[in-house]
Amino acid sequence: MSMKHPGTSAIETKGLWGAYKWLILRRLSQAFFLALFLVGPISGYWLVKGTLASSLTLDVLPLTDPFIFLQSLLAGHVMETSAIIGVLILSAAYFIVGGRVYCSWVCPVNVVSDSASWLRRRLGWKKTGIKLPRQSALWVMAGVFVTSFVSATLVWEFFNPVTILHRSIVFGAFTTVAFIAGVMFLIELIGGDRIWCSRLCPVGAFYGLIGKVSLVKISAKNRKACNDCMDCYAVCPEAHVISPALKGEKDQNGPVILSGDCTNCARCLDVCSEHVFEFSLRTKNTMDDVRPFEGDADKDSTKAA
Amino acid sequence: MTQTKAKQKTVSRRDFLGNAAKGACGVGLISLALGAAVREAEGKLPADAIRPPGALAEKDFLSACVRCGLCVRDCPYDTLDLADLGTETVTGTPYFNARKIPCEMCEDIPCVVACPTGALDKSLTNIDDARMGIAVLVDHENCLNFNGLRCDVCYRVCPLIDEAITLERSANERTGKHAVFIPTVHGDKCTGCGKCEQACVLPDTAIRVLPERLARGKLGEHYRLGWEEKRKLGKSLIEGQHIIDLPDRGYSAPAQTDTGGYKGFKP
Ligand code: SF4
Ligand code: SF4
Ligand code: SF4
Ligand code: SF4
Ligand code: SF4
Repeated sequence: MSMKHPGTSAIETKGLWGAYKWLILRRLSQAFFLALFLVGPISGYWLVKGTLASSLTLDVLPLTDPFIFLQSLLAGHVMETSAIIGVLILSAAYFIVGGRVYCSWVCPVNVVSDSASWLRRRLGWKKTGIKLPRQSALWVMAGVFVTSFVSATLVWEFFNPVTILHRSIVFGAFTTVAFIAGVMFLIELIGGDRIWCSRLCPVGAFYGLIGKVSLVKISAKNRKACNDCMDCYAVCPEAHVISPALKGEKDQNGPVILSGDCTNCARCLDVCSEHVFEFSLRTKNTMDDVRPFEGDADKDSTKAA
Repeated sequence: MTQTKAKQKTVSRRDFLGNAAKGACGVGLISLALGAAVREAEGKLPADAIRPPGALAEKDFLSACVRCGLCVRDCPYDTLDLADLGTETVTGTPYFNARKIPCEMCEDIPCVVACPTGALDKSLTNIDDARMGIAVLVDHENCLNFNGLRCDVCYRVCPLIDEAITLERSANERTGKHAVFIPTVHGDKCTGCGKCEQACVLPDTAIRVLPERLARGKLGEHYRLGWEEKRKLGKSLIEGQHIIDLPDRGYSAPAQTDTGGYKGFKP
């Protein structure tokens, strides 16, 4: 890994906008979704009413979180039609754009997680903290389902920092906003790298399951141009998803990052100075979809041995 | 990494079983922890937190309500609120405090209409059928009417005046010549809207809406109220059964009034 901060060479080759484009768009998207919910309480014009758990847009479009819906179903309650329609619409949307798009483009906790992770990188703490197995978030998810069924209640909604944070922002409970954001920041900063979002959060795990079959995916289409700077690994919140696609040439793997864990955050697109990654579709995953290498002699390659 | 020509990884049976066992243990432990924590957090709804009209029984309510706040947003009187983290009420669930803002018993019940999940039951179409709780005159010592004054405020504000709450007249024992008018709530009609609680003129209200579990007693299954049975039957149940009427010793009944009571009766 270069001694420089990840993304430095991307800034050199692509400029600031090129190296931060997707990050900026993502922050704008997170702010946008929050703003949609805040227009109503602030101005009295109700663009979107409700919270991330269930909402009503412009008094016609119902949206309901599928993870909460499933908990409720297991707890023995069948929701009314409008909520079920909302679940179907939202699930369909995430089947298209990618399950964990929820994580990186909508979820308010992501901002906290990203800042903690950034600070850990700066402090050189990347390798410190508790190590949990990669499936642990799935275990939490299964645990939530089991307990919802056994105790007949919406188990995760007692704890869910995502909905509590969002609700407190929308309903103006700012002490709670500060409390939850602070706790999540400390968990992610001290607990371990992305310990919440990639190892514990059952919401992320659930959307990750949708991500296993969702359509829009990141592709390491231009992987033959990779110069092994490892910057994408450094910034990726789920670094294990990259190798099968980026280094898949010898195993005859296609270029698409198929893992449901990938959040489609597109930070890898930003930090790669060689334009290796781009948005693509799950279906474009044959060896023919890999772009042939156009040799570039004066490339400042930092290829490691 | 496994050494294979093909791109799929080989997983030995031992690995597979090992992973499955690890997973099952992980899920089991997490479930236990979650279950214990939930039981702790669920607790009991505090007596002064009243659920919106049409709310399912508390246990079912918590399996249905997604804490979206749509009911809160559609209440025109700002009656409802979502419980904040760290309060006794389950975080994010809707409730109201009747002493602060009572439910105005909207005819179109917008809160119920707004609820997407059915946590507020859509079969409630007449707000008079709502049972959010039952008003109880808890403080007989400080209630002004109990003291023989004519406050009557709780009675007057009740949307179901003379049905859910009535003034029951009896003799004022203190003065010996006046009447007291006791505000009396009727559980089969009271919706628990809390208008009375909010309106009580005392610095601390003497009448409060309580959840049914706290407000109501229960008559034994085998109990029969004689006068009710008599009314149902249309005649006395003991008439003509040769019941012996023992003589009342040391007591001579005063002259009866027209309505069947006794003038100036003092026990
Ligand atoms: S893993 Fe959970 S907390 Fe993290 S971004 Fe995704 S939904 Fe939000
Ligand atoms: S692979 Fe790229 S898009 Fe996917 S999570 Fe990692 S950085 Fe984000
Ligand atoms: S009936 Fe009307 S006042 Fe009462 S809680 Fe519902 S919306 Fe609010
Ligand atoms: S609208 Fe229904 S689901 Fe939403 S907070 Fe109110 S009672 Fe709960
Ligand atoms: S709560 Fe009070 S005001 Fe409301 S119906 Fe009952 S007695 Fe009447």
